[in-house]
Amino acid sequence: MNLYAIKAIYKFEMARWFRTLAQSVISPVLSTSLYFVVFGSAIGSRMQAIDGISYGAFIVPGLIMLSLLSESISNASFGIYMPKWAGTIYELLSAPVAWYETVIGYVGAAATKSICLGLLILATARIFVPFEIAHPFVMLLFLVLTSVTFSLFGFIIGVWADDFQKLQIVPLLIVTPLTFLGGSFYSIKMLPEIWQKITLFNPVVYLISGFRWAFYGQSDVGVGVSLAMTAVFLAVCLTAVWWIFRTGYRLKV
Amino acid sequence: MTSIISVQGLTKTYASGHQALKRIDLDIRQGEIFALLGPNGAGKTTLISIICGIVNPSQGVILADGHDVVRDYRAARTKIGLVPQELHTDAFETVWATVSFSRGLFGKPRNDALIEQILRDLSLWDKKDSKIMALSGGMKRRVMIAKALSHEPTILFLDEPTAGVDVELRRDMWEMVRKLRESGVTIILTTHYIEEAEEMADRIGVINKGEIILVEDKTVLMRKLGKKQLTVHLKAPLADLPAALADASLSLANDGADLVYTFDAQADDTGIADLLKRLSEQGIDFKDLKTDQSSLEDIFVSLVRAPQ
Repeated sequence: MNLYAIKAIYKFEMARWFRTLAQSVISPVLSTSLYFVVFGSAIGSRMQAIDGISYGAFIVPGLIMLSLLSESISNASFGIYMPKWAGTIYELLSAPVAWYETVIGYVGAAATKSICLGLLILATARIFVPFEIAHPFVMLLFLVLTSVTFSLFGFIIGVWADDFQKLQIVPLLIVTPLTFLGGSFYSIKMLPEIWQKITLFNPVVYLISGFRWAFYGQSDVGVGVSLAMTAVFLAVCLTAVWWIFRTGYRLKV
Repeated sequence: MTSIISVQGLTKTYASGHQALKRIDLDIRQGEIFALLGPNGAGKTTLISIICGIVNPSQGVILADGHDVVRDYRAARTKIGLVPQELHTDAFETVWATVSFSRGLFGKPRNDALIEQILRDLSLWDKKDSKIMALSGGMKRRVMIAKALSHEPTILFLDEPTAGVDVELRRDMWEMVRKLRESGVTIILTTHYIEEAEEMADRIGVINKGEIILVEDKTVLMRKLGKKQLTVHLKAPLADLPAALADASLSLANDGADLVYTFDAQADDTGIADLLKRLSEQGIDFKDLKTDQSSLEDIFVSLVRAPQ
């Protein structure tokens, strides 16, 4: 195991984060605060409680997930896309580094950023709405699993993208709609029956549902199913990354 | 002498169908400076990129210090440093951070004293806290070299190291290459500046259209393929060569003002004395004599232009 390489990549990526701390941290925290002001306080006060949870508190897990997914993807995809774009990838390819070491470095750093951000948003949310976390360890487990899985997914997008536009397309056109439709702002039980069925094909539903269970002990789908689905997506992403490095897809000719 | 890099039957065909390398066999000896010469698109960079792990080989085996560069890549790559042709740098990083990063990436523990020494040797020490984007092209080139040296490689690849580099840096660079060689590092370089290969290299390989046409000791190559010419500046121009001087190795140049004699510098009898005797017999007077030896560049041009 080339631990020095993992450390070097991780440090490099974290340094990049610290350089753009304002952009990386302040903007997600600010936008989440705006959601709480608008949906939590202003509109939320006129909304009915869902399953006995006030609307402001109800949207906390979903909002954290929303930021977690988009930040994980954008951080990790940018992290590997930049060296490809700038050409500095030559060094990574010529270094005595195994694929999993590269992935631990890049994805580990991206996931770290997401986890920090998730906790920060959680703290921010607590300022606006009162809530308690029923299962803090499960909450942390989901936080970590989701961050790692979607950082891996972002890494794949970063490898696949060959221009800046493609880098934005997947998060913008796929992930954001799936998150909004995944029950961030509503319980899927509020949907017409047919949409309740269709919505189960949306993987984000399981993430948000499981995460919400960790907070309030209530969920749209069983927490076991949520965990299993997250694990499946993690396994799929890992396989894809392994394949990328085995074939050199978009990295080597 | 033991070979530190051994390339056997290496072929590379790109997805486009372009065959960049055609069954290359090449051995680089431990501790030498090997210059790889070839016109643009000959396959120099592809060859280097495959050895370093940036491009996948289609066929063939490469051993670096006895380690297969594909199967045993970790052991092989630890030995190798690469300075690519293009200036690929992380614009926002500082010089110190980027060079330290390279050392870690190649699996070596932190060593500030060594990094400091490398930066001082490359006249980068006072720039260590500068962001790379603030540096000139020449300085960026130095940073690339510092990165390649940061993990103390025993094999160093320099792909067109002096392309677009000013005189001072070029001189520094060759000084550094000499020092590295003295410390036992094997150096493989590609260059367009043939006079540099002529000055620096121990051996020269010529690659053209994906094939190694020739690998030879530089001195042997210069001797074998080098030609010497004697130019005789005549007092009075000649319209034609007199019959007594009609000889395949003689010709008139410069509107008959010069008589050019081509000869083999290695032969015991170069024929110069005989020529001068014949000139005086013919009553041809001359003002001056000059001899020229063909440069590596002439040899190179004749090699790659020669019909295959």
